Amino acid sequence: MARLIQNLNVLLILTTLSGMLSCNFIAPGPIAENETLDGPIEGLTLEQNALFVAGDEAFSATFTSKTGLGPTFVATSCGSCHTADGKGHPFTTLVRFGQADTTGNIFLTRGGPQLQNRAIPGHTPEQIPDGATSAKFTPPAVTGLGFLAALTDEQILANADPNDSDGDGISGRPNYIDPPDFFQPQWFHQPRAGKIIGRFGKKAAAVSLLHQTVNAYNEDMGITSDFRMEDPINYAVANQSTDMVADPEVSAAVVQNVVFYIRTLKVPVRRNERNPEVIRGQQFFSELKCVACHLPEWKTPESDIGVLSYQTFYPYTDLLLHDMGESLDDGYTEGIALTSEWRTPPLWGLGLSKDAQGGEYFLLHDGRAGSIEEAILFHGGEADKSRQLFTQLTNEEKEALIRFLESL
Amino acid sequence: MKTYMSISLSCVFFFALIILSCVPPAMAQDKQAPKDSLVITLNMDAVYNRPFLQSGKSPIAIGGYVEVNSDYAVTDGITEGLSFHMQRLTLFMSSTIKQRIKFLTEIEFEDGTEEINIEFAALDFELHPLLVIRGGIIMIPIGAFNQNHDGPKWEFVERPLSATTIIPSTWSNVGFGLHGKSYQGDWVWGYEAYLTNGFDDTIIDNEHGKTWLPATKKNPSRFEESFNGTPMSTLKTAIRHRKIGEIGLSWMGVVYNKFKDDGIIVDDKRRVDVVVVDYNKTIKQKLYITGEWAWTFIDVPDTYSQQYGRRQTGGYTDVVFTFLKKRMLGWDNARLNASVRGEYVDYNMDEFNETGSKIHDEVWGINTSLSFRPSLQTVIRVNYGYYWETDLLGNPPSKTARIQFGFSSYF
Repeated sequence: MARLIQNLNVLLILTTLSGMLSCNFIAPGPIAENETLDGPIEGLTLEQNALFVAGDEAFSATFTSKTGLGPTFVATSCGSCHTADGKGHPFTTLVRFGQADTTGNIFLTRGGPQLQNRAIPGHTPEQIPDGATSAKFTPPAVTGLGFLAALTDEQILANADPNDSDGDGISGRPNYIDPPDFFQPQWFHQPRAGKIIGRFGKKAAAVSLLHQTVNAYNEDMGITSDFRMEDPINYAVANQSTDMVADPEVSAAVVQNVVFYIRTLKVPVRRNERNPEVIRGQQFFSELKCVACHLPEWKTPESDIGVLSYQTFYPYTDLLLHDMGESLDDGYTEGIALTSEWRTPPLWGLGLSKDAQGGEYFLLHDGRAGSIEEAILFHGGEADKSRQLFTQLTNEEKEALIRFLESL
Repeated sequence: MKTYMSISLSCVFFFALIILSCVPPAMAQDKQAPKDSLVITLNMDAVYNRPFLQSGKSPIAIGGYVEVNSDYAVTDGITEGLSFHMQRLTLFMSSTIKQRIKFLTEIEFEDGTEEINIEFAALDFELHPLLVIRGGIIMIPIGAFNQNHDGPKWEFVERPLSATTIIPSTWSNVGFGLHGKSYQGDWVWGYEAYLTNGFDDTIIDNEHGKTWLPATKKNPSRFEESFNGTPMSTLKTAIRHRKIGEIGLSWMGVVYNKFKDDGIIVDDKRRVDVVVVDYNKTIKQKLYITGEWAWTFIDVPDTYSQQYGRRQTGGYTDVVFTFLKKRMLGWDNARLNASVRGEYVDYNMDEFNETGSKIHDEVWGINTSLSFRPSLQTVIRVNYGYYWETDLLGNPPSKTARIQFGFSSYF
């Protein structure tokens, strides 16, 4: 009898284990497409998929002092600022300083425009020089940026109204930027006096994803590349780089792979878009004239990456600068933007922000808003009318609007 | 994809099932498996408490063990497929040179020939059982697993996370020290005290992006010279009662960074200290419980990235139950064991300066095992584990399920 029980025990354990392993429930399933920002655009070729993977690996790679990190830096990898390709956290929020008006940054020879607030052991982080104004910038989500990069300047300019000719109180204008030496204009660029329309960054100070990526490698991580060969200098230590790793610390190929990765990240996929409350919230979004800046729909022209061509997408931005009023004026700016002007941030992926920010919202350019409602209430300047209309909504109506924004 | 995953999981398990479930009459006559030692031993004895073969009058005894396994893991629905892993081939040699003078070495080939390490190569001079001088490459007596890590002794293919990522097992370094034991009835007490080379600054400057003590093992010159001229101190004491079990307390600490170069001070001195409690108990030769818990304290510069934690903790407990012990497949006293391991590591116990919220960077895991032991020296095991890994910010954890099948045996 005892022997029988023993054998039954064995059989029971083996059967249970076998059953567990044969079923899918023991292995975690994939995360739903609309619950994650990560992943490539559908329809890439096999070769493009391989490039995407190479870029993803480079995006995640952590730099060390031996691979070129610093000596002063903000973050050790692209992925540490853009966790899961989403918005950043106060932990990796940048500080930029030195430009208080449209005449340019007068602190470039004293470490501007970006503060490297950390340093590898044995080195000293940078300090903001006396007299320099500054602003904090929370890293943005990086998904869908290839679609925004594919748009023509003509499309962006079509929505500009710098003198508010239509009298609606909204006067978006592009930020014109001196491009870096390595920038090569494409057919869709319309230079003006040698300057190019900026599309990326809180002040639209980066003219292309390559420009943004090269700067991020250099100013966020202290990594030199074929495109930018000098490490950040901490002028409080010496008037020269104190990095001991041979340059470039990453090759042009690595940078280009990362650019390809960012260009081919999918757009955020909506959730609950058919929910009646979400639909109602979308109506309020239009009625409050939020769409005047957070322009919902765009269509790409022909692109060198086939799957980016002729695609309709919904980023909820016009890529233009708008005056956001005193409460969002930090006294710092870039390009020809005023200190109170900010580029309209895309709202797509807003509902997934918390899953990249540690379960909390850190919204607006510096993460000062802890909720969507708080972010709306910080709107001023050109958005003041919309803010006032928002405050007149009932709680249920506000909730519907927020549900809509969270569905993006 | 799902179908492929199911088929692969089923194949691995089916293979294991065939081997584990066949219990036919005796196929071969084998000698009785070695009896458990009647002498009370401590974890610190593990290095000599291994099967060795000695030929004729040769002064050298040799032995070793091998570990090979298959691995199939799925993380959030994504798998890299099934792979096979030649995890370790380890060779031991020991020699009693003269009465109370012993030498032992352990050389390990890990992942094929990717890593070849001398894990132990030390000479013992016994002046008294309480006073043995040891010198050479020493397996640092931190916790229990580091000294008692041989694959055939464990029911799990995977080593405990805390033992390999908080404590960098197998952690050896070169130096000198003392150890000894004292017996009193059912009690035995032992101690170890060593000065060795220590860590280097890669523990907070590495591609893992977190405080990672194992990073220092990549320094090829650590057996040649100290990174900064400061010796690491290690102290361990353990006490065991034949019926109650063993408990050990250990500490190692050292300045880990290069604070002086060519006689010029280039940095502040910064320390790393590790404290570990370990325990094990056997109940009626059927139930075996073992585990350890570690705490690490690292002086990380305030101006460096907070992703490199100043405090870490982690531990595990294994519970092994022998539910069948009989003659199986021709092996006397063969055993079937069912085991479970619970484990946790927190790589960063600090809080963000910017928000005051907790820095996460932690892993929870539960691992189960079904193992067959034809003898105490050989184990055939199938493991299924599930892990929840949370990033620095505390975003929703990534989930990994892993099934492993493997052999490990002394030879």
